[in-house]
Amino acid sequence: MPDKRKVCLSGSGLTKVFGFGRQKTVAVDHVDFSFYEGEVVSIVGESGSGKTTLAKMLLGLIGTTEGEVYFQGKKRDISTQKKRLEYWRNIQAIFQDPFSSYNIFHKIDAVLLDCINMRGGRKLPHAKKAEMMAHACSFVNLKFEELTNKYPFELSGGQQQRLMIARIFLLKPKILLADEPTSMIDACSRATILDMLMQLRDEIGMTIIFITHDIGLAYYVSDSVYIMERGRFVEHGSADDVILRPKGAYTKRLIDDVPKIYEEWDLSTVLPYKHGG
Amino acid sequence: MKHTIQQVFHSGKFVFGFSVFVAILLIVIVYPLIITDAPLDIISQGTFFEPGIYVNVYDSIGSQPYTLNLDDAAANRIAGRLGDKERLDMKEWLLAYGVPENEIDVADTEQLLGLWENHFDPKASIAGMTNAQRNYYIRLNASLGGLLSTEEAIIAAKDLDTGTLEEKGVVAQSDYVNINEVANVRVLPLGTDNFGRDVLTELVKATGVSLQIGFVAGIIATLIGLTLGLLAGYVGGLVDDVIMFVTNLFTVIPTFVLLILISFSIGQEKRGAFTIAVVIGFTSWVWTARAVRSQVISLRHRDHVNLSKLSGHSIAYIIVADILPYIASYVVMALILQISSGILAEAGLSILGLGPRTTEVPTLGLMMNWAMIYQAQILGKWWAYLPVLVTIALITFSMNLMNTGLDQVFNPALRD
Amino acid sequence: MSNVMLEVKDLTTKYITRFQEDIYAVDHVSLKVEEGKTLGISGESGCGKSTLALSLMGYYFPPLHYTCGEIIIDGCNISGMDPDDVRKSILGTEISYIPQSAMNALNPTQKVIHFIEDVIQAHDPYQTKEEIYELARGCFESLGLPASVLQQYPVELSGGMKQRTVIATSVILFPKVLIADEPSSALDVTSQKMVIKMLKNLMENGFIKSLIFITHELPLLYNVADDIMVMYAGQIVEKGTAKEVVFDPLHPYAKGLMGSIIVPEEGLRECKLTAIPGVPPNLKNPPFGCRFAERCRYARPECTAFSVGMRDLERGRAYRCILSEKELRDAYRRGGQ
Repeated sequence: MPDKRKVCLSGSGLTKVFGFGRQKTVAVDHVDFSFYEGEVVSIVGESGSGKTTLAKMLLGLIGTTEGEVYFQGKKRDISTQKKRLEYWRNIQAIFQDPFSSYNIFHKIDAVLLDCINMRGGRKLPHAKKAEMMAHACSFVNLKFEELTNKYPFELSGGQQQRLMIARIFLLKPKILLADEPTSMIDACSRATILDMLMQLRDEIGMTIIFITHDIGLAYYVSDSVYIMERGRFVEHGSADDVILRPKGAYTKRLIDDVPKIYEEWDLSTVLPYKHGG
Repeated sequence: MKHTIQQVFHSGKFVFGFSVFVAILLIVIVYPLIITDAPLDIISQGTFFEPGIYVNVYDSIGSQPYTLNLDDAAANRIAGRLGDKERLDMKEWLLAYGVPENEIDVADTEQLLGLWENHFDPKASIAGMTNAQRNYYIRLNASLGGLLSTEEAIIAAKDLDTGTLEEKGVVAQSDYVNINEVANVRVLPLGTDNFGRDVLTELVKATGVSLQIGFVAGIIATLIGLTLGLLAGYVGGLVDDVIMFVTNLFTVIPTFVLLILISFSIGQEKRGAFTIAVVIGFTSWVWTARAVRSQVISLRHRDHVNLSKLSGHSIAYIIVADILPYIASYVVMALILQISSGILAEAGLSILGLGPRTTEVPTLGLMMNWAMIYQAQILGKWWAYLPVLVTIALITFSMNLMNTGLDQVFNPALRD
Repeated sequence: MSNVMLEVKDLTTKYITRFQEDIYAVDHVSLKVEEGKTLGISGESGCGKSTLALSLMGYYFPPLHYTCGEIIIDGCNISGMDPDDVRKSILGTEISYIPQSAMNALNPTQKVIHFIEDVIQAHDPYQTKEEIYELARGCFESLGLPASVLQQYPVELSGGMKQRTVIATSVILFPKVLIADEPSSALDVTSQKMVIKMLKNLMENGFIKSLIFITHELPLLYNVADDIMVMYAGQIVEKGTAKEVVFDPLHPYAKGLMGSIIVPEEGLRECKLTAIPGVPPNLKNPPFGCRFAERCRYARPECTAFSVGMRDLERGRAYRCILSEKELRDAYRRGGQ
């Protein structure tokens, strides 16, 4: 059945090598992928699997050693600052630790103002800017009047992360890369964050790429899942296929090792000790 | 910010160091307003006057005399001129002359003086006595003249025409003057130095100049180190390699030797205080550059920097807004240490004679230099060098204490 | 009626900050752990569960201070004991504690066996190195760890192996109770499973008589603990067996918490995760009355009027709310939660 969806971001042979000679580490090893418009994709991997490095490459924050990234079918070109700016109008990120995403010396208004400026609104009158910021805040259930002129440390973790989502609301990029957006949030606030991201996706058709180690989370939110092990994609497919009917040995082990509550969590599958492990 | 300042002033070490430093600054600023003499004026004829209160004798004669009858006046007068050492010396001479010991009582002044007057003969040759010792006894004898007399002293003026002395007035042994009524009294708490300058006034001025040199040197060094460190750390790549190469050059060459060479080659005439400060600044930035660079390298991968990039900010903005404030506390501490070491570097240079020109301003190092050249420490003239040492020590101590206090505020892990 | 290994009554401990403010991190906590059982303590970050772990040992150092309450280990009351006495006679031998990221306790410059020697000689200075080695080897082998680990340096071991080494060391003197605070949170899922398996083995092999397991991950707790206690803002808000608390929670906070569990199992995608708006209260000035009231959907004015105690139901089940069991269940049914 031909896939009618349009490809938003894809890559072929994407590789990142750190260091030289004997000390080189291959963080990302010839990775191929295709993410569609409006899709929610999760890249699942344990720590050291290279998923964060891949995320930074996709964002254009670090260079690629080999391979190409294609944005909307065309080869991505981010050689000059101008081209990079253009690219970043289309792809943005939310990071794991909400607090460290802020410059602690600036008021939180600066974060939102930067977004308005990036979309060409630098010359708008102050009242219009305030209106836009208030609208963005209300999308994430925050009251702008209560937050304005505050410093990041005066907000809770959940509020900080929601403000980051408000930033995305202002920017309306085509692709959002969310790197463990809920791992440092209270369990009770997690659903709010995830709901807001889904709402954004529904409203503007944004592609969301989740980077996570939590396979349960990946199953809950995603349309498709990619499993990453030691720099390679070892399995990918729809969420149901990968999680409920895993084919690869690594994927099976990963799912087995996560504690369950409805099914029996079989502890006997713990591997025997190997030297160095 | 306010919370940080509150914490800083809670830190005992910082507050103590800060108080000492502010006290020094206040003295440097306020003292010249009260005592307006030029510090380099030579006020004494002769070197190394001891600390004390110097009363003009001429004015005290003309001042209003007051009669005070004090019991110990006579004893003090005698003790001033005939101390224990002198009594023992006299006894020695008398014994060597042949006076039996049981007749000599060192405590009884009248008897001792009587024996002395009877027996002393400047021409007598005593076995084992050197010429110098003989001269000493002759001087001692002269100084004892009129020791027990209770007569008044007579003040006479010379008639310019006839050349005779006319009695103008008397000074009784019980006459005292009120020092406040004497027209010319000069307190020299630290005496005078080898040139004859008031050490205290000179010291205050020197402290001010040294502090200025330290500030200028420290600020220059910190600015250079900060700029190079920021560029090397954030931009990386070739820029980093070049800057590190230069830094390594400066590390390998001992800074002090470099300082000496530059100082020497500039020549005496061009060496003003400001020039020296600049030279020190330009040779001591290495440590700051290295430290800032390593801080920046760890900062440049932080999330907020990445987010800034994604928001389209330029490199210059990111360095100034996202990196610089995060290293500010570090830079403040580096600045304090650079100022402190700038002061020490100047002192070191000046002791070697390579400091600022000696004719314009004194500095702490110059004062040390002069004391050394004129052998104050050998002659026992402690006031010429000890206060300078203490001042240098206090300045460096207070700055280092402030630095430790700040460090503990900014790095909670270091708190005791 | 099995032996009660650890009984705690009304334990209250507080932190005193540099500015002389009191933070009541553990507020009138009572619990009981029986021989052969595992008690799980759950709660989000900042609820006081790590402070509770420290407080249970009776080992208080500033800024943590003991205020009131009793701690009874196997019949022996250690409340208010001098910290030095606690260290000598209680820690390691009666009750043992593994903090979060315990693997960092291993000295990177020494072999593992030296670490164990330090631990044992702190309690019994007369043991020889050979005796210690035999003891360690026996302990490790019965727990499924190879004896070769003893001669290795920590840097040669993986995170999971280091954690298991430290856990094995903490039980080498056969304490009656082991308190494990987030023993597997810093590890990947596979190592986590190994650690959990080992913890279960400890009781089966007789190294410990009971286990207190603290974590914020509920699926983990469900598989490890027999009974679960949920903590919120320094207080216990619900107690019961693992099944009861996870599948039939009564307290509104516990209900919200269980509704936010994510597991990669069939049916998850159709569920709607619950969210609780707001944040936990500041423990410097905890609100009067029910501490959860400001975020609770079912709150009434009476909730903040007087302090709310635990409601005891049968067989150790309890929850802290002024609403009765029937009222809560009706509200949940109506609210569709």
